[in-house]
Amino acid sequence: MNAPNKSGWKPEMNASEDGMHNGPATSTGNRALMLEEPLLFEIGNVETTGVDLPEPKADAPNRLGGMDRAEPIGLPGLSEPETVRHYTRLSRQNYGIDLGLFPLGSCTMKHNPRLNEKVARMPGFADVHPLQPVDTVRGAFEVINELAEWLISLTGMHGIAMSPKAGAHGELCGILCIRAALEARGDAREVILVPESAHGTNPATAAFAGYRVEDIPANADGRVDLEALKARLGPDIAGVMITNPNTCGLFERDMKAISDAVHDAGGFVYCDGANFNAIVGRVRPGDLGVDAMHINLHKTFSTPHGGGGPGSGPVVLSEALAPFGPLPYTARTRDGVVHLVEEEQADAFSQEHFGGKMQSFGRMTAFHGQMGMFTRALTYILSHGADGLKQVAEDAVLNANYILRSMEDLLHAPYAHSGPCMHEALFGDKGFGGDLSTLDLSKALIDEGYHPMTMYFPLVVHGAMLVEPTETESKAALDQFIQAFRTVAERAKAGDESMKQAPFYAPRRRLDETLAARKPKLAWEEGE
Amino acid sequence: MRYLPLTNNDRADMLATIGASSIDDLFVDVPAEAQLDGPIRDLPNHASEMAVERHMRALSKKNLAAADAPFFLGAGAYRHHVPASVDHIIQRGEFLTAYTPYQPEIAQGTLQMLFEFQSQVARLYGCAVANASMYDGSTACWEAVAMASRVTRRNRAVLSGALHPHYAEVISTMAKFTKDEIADAQPSIQSAPDADGLIGRIDDQTSCVVVQYPDILGRVSNLQTIADAAHEKGALLIAVVTEPVALGAIKAPGDLGADIVVGEGQSIGVGLQFGGPYLGLFAVRDKKHVRQMPGRLCGETVDAEGKRGFVLTLSTREQHIRREKATSNICTNSGLCALAFNVHMTLLGEKGLRQLAAENHRLACLAADRLAKVPGVSVLNDSFFNEFTIRLGQDARPIVRTLADRGILAGVALNRLYPDVEALSDSLLVAVTETTSEDDIEALATALQEVLS
Repeated sequence: MNAPNKSGWKPEMNASEDGMHNGPATSTGNRALMLEEPLLFEIGNVETTGVDLPEPKADAPNRLGGMDRAEPIGLPGLSEPETVRHYTRLSRQNYGIDLGLFPLGSCTMKHNPRLNEKVARMPGFADVHPLQPVDTVRGAFEVINELAEWLISLTGMHGIAMSPKAGAHGELCGILCIRAALEARGDAREVILVPESAHGTNPATAAFAGYRVEDIPANADGRVDLEALKARLGPDIAGVMITNPNTCGLFERDMKAISDAVHDAGGFVYCDGANFNAIVGRVRPGDLGVDAMHINLHKTFSTPHGGGGPGSGPVVLSEALAPFGPLPYTARTRDGVVHLVEEEQADAFSQEHFGGKMQSFGRMTAFHGQMGMFTRALTYILSHGADGLKQVAEDAVLNANYILRSMEDLLHAPYAHSGPCMHEALFGDKGFGGDLSTLDLSKALIDEGYHPMTMYFPLVVHGAMLVEPTETESKAALDQFIQAFRTVAERAKAGDESMKQAPFYAPRRRLDETLAARKPKLAWEEGE
Repeated sequence: MRYLPLTNNDRADMLATIGASSIDDLFVDVPAEAQLDGPIRDLPNHASEMAVERHMRALSKKNLAAADAPFFLGAGAYRHHVPASVDHIIQRGEFLTAYTPYQPEIAQGTLQMLFEFQSQVARLYGCAVANASMYDGSTACWEAVAMASRVTRRNRAVLSGALHPHYAEVISTMAKFTKDEIADAQPSIQSAPDADGLIGRIDDQTSCVVVQYPDILGRVSNLQTIADAAHEKGALLIAVVTEPVALGAIKAPGDLGADIVVGEGQSIGVGLQFGGPYLGLFAVRDKKHVRQMPGRLCGETVDAEGKRGFVLTLSTREQHIRREKATSNICTNSGLCALAFNVHMTLLGEKGLRQLAAENHRLACLAADRLAKVPGVSVLNDSFFNEFTIRLGQDARPIVRTLADRGILAGVALNRLYPDVEALSDSLLVAVTETTSEDDIEALATALQEVLS
């Protein structure tokens, strides 16, 4: 095992007698820098405000149509210093990429460059309205189009839909394109095939778009079973949704053959682009016969995850699907001008510039998409360039393989025999002692100072642990993580029952999720 | 490359540990014909922070920022002052670089924030339960229509003609695929909303009635009469609020009988951002509908030591558990925008929200009265909050362009949103917020008078 760094320095940690480092109880419930924070509703006051606004005049004009809200609303306020302290204290109960390695598989928790944040806040991007006269927002359309051109080049595709708001919204966009293309040729098909290893959003999306969902079988290598897929293809199959690299961390070697078979049967190929980070700049999905693929800008292109969004999910499209993409879209004409095409001009613009081929399936969202994410993603892309993005994929894959090979002697790695992994390494819970589980290992890893990996996904591996380090981790950081991961894995295999109580050192011990679901308390109520 | 920590020595050491001779060995599963032989041609290589910033600044300079002009645009996106501390807090790395709180023991910051956010939204809307946010108002609106179909087991939605046309288009687009039937309509161009006309379209096959409040022309209707009519036929009322600040002045939709209240939260904390990311708000008046809601929900519980804590809950509705039987396919929502809303609303408090709403209404009344004095201009609305429709007696779109050339962003010409409705071609939607100065109003009135004469 490599030393954490060259000096060999390592923090000392002497366990107290009870193994939990517990001193005497404090009167506040705080533990030095670990500060407890009440709810806003317990410390705020409806008479307190942290902004200075004029007091309304009693004789002010009133044209509210007699709908005045006279009753109390019940919204407590805090002064500015109290507000800053409240949220600063809360923030310290969160783990984030800025604190350490965040190996959440399938989520690509890479460093979020701060230049992105600076650019997104430039007044010409942050302080413009989506319905301003087009001549006052030419730069905004250029950003959308420049990013669109990069994404098309990086994927080798034909067209792009920029407006989807997140990955799952992008999936929906791609499936609606497929549906529209099929309907345009009068071909009603009912089924979308989705592998069992897929993200839950895939089947949910297909169902939301009115399709019946059927499984695609996997082979022992953790990949799509091409022959079984071929056997199921037929005139009722609208398309397949395949994640590539897949959620077992493997590249679908037969992707091109899969695409060809689906196309031969008259269907379309949707690729879930959640794992694009493994191949960006090195492999173009368009060369593999993909018809539609969403790109999570908050994964591969580093826009912040923000505690659960906002995301952004542009969808690249093949020549067959591009005409059906949603409105609005931007397009650069021969004179170099970037146009915004909304409902009004759509038909005329299609006639003039696309020979009437563009026949959008409609609008998916108000306005034009996640502009604040476009500026960040474009900044990231320009910073890396074609060479840097290729290096991103290579380092992401290198880091994941380094973890896979540093762990496989200890943890069950179900697909390690079938070759290298892509940008994430998959392990299972085989060989854990006692009745210890992946959950127990994950919670013990929290005590070691790490956010756990993705647990129990994909569903095809028992007690799955999906580890995605990303390319923004140094070798020293990986070595430290591997050391911690090995420690908890050894404890799990040895049947260390104390792991069932972990975490010991987090802001909270294990939370009672059953109680939360059985008696849902979803909003603050007075007098409780 | 400043974002990549591995050195070439590291890479060589790691390849040796793995047992690979080169990085290409790790890509053996990619068929040779799909492997590129080098960086993608015709694309530039990496660039310094300074060079990238210069490029992006040049693009940003091609846009006219709202702060640099008298500014009157609304129509679902409103310019409000966001206190500096909001942006400071959302940039703390612990919030910015966290993800969905799958591990609640180390995500209590995000979870407690979401619980506070849900509580604030529920109160603002007059509802029992709000979720942890959707993408934006328009997608939340569609999700509400889909939920109403699940609850009522009917699939005919009646849309008010004065619902934001983008929202109506999102619903219509989605309905094409789900086979829901959408009864759409044109807005009635009169001083008050046409409640009777809307009520007349509700029948016993109607799943829901979708009404914007205040509506797209800025008018404020009494939702209670529409709610009563909908309930009489067994339909749900979905109220859509595109300007949440209004609810500091006018009654909450939930208190007027709306069953589902959805809307855009962008006004509080988020900013204009050219249309996104925004913040979809979603709430139900009655707890009994909670299990049909889409999206994430944060709930209170206790930990193993009995301490209060928060978790994501009722996830058996969601795609990662229920897959094709989920109530929605939504996964990522608008977490950081929800935080911005939460912090801004905390700074405002009830007192500040009411003051903010009153100041918006005061300035809007002032603007309406001043613009009404411009020869050829009339104000359509009997009622409004901070946005109203004026009629110019001539095509509004060239007027808006001319005023933009003069450095005034005068509002949204309604033909931009309703290109096919000839009767709206002379109408201009004018929004006025606390960021509008009395000088701005005078500048608009003066310029409008010159351009119209």
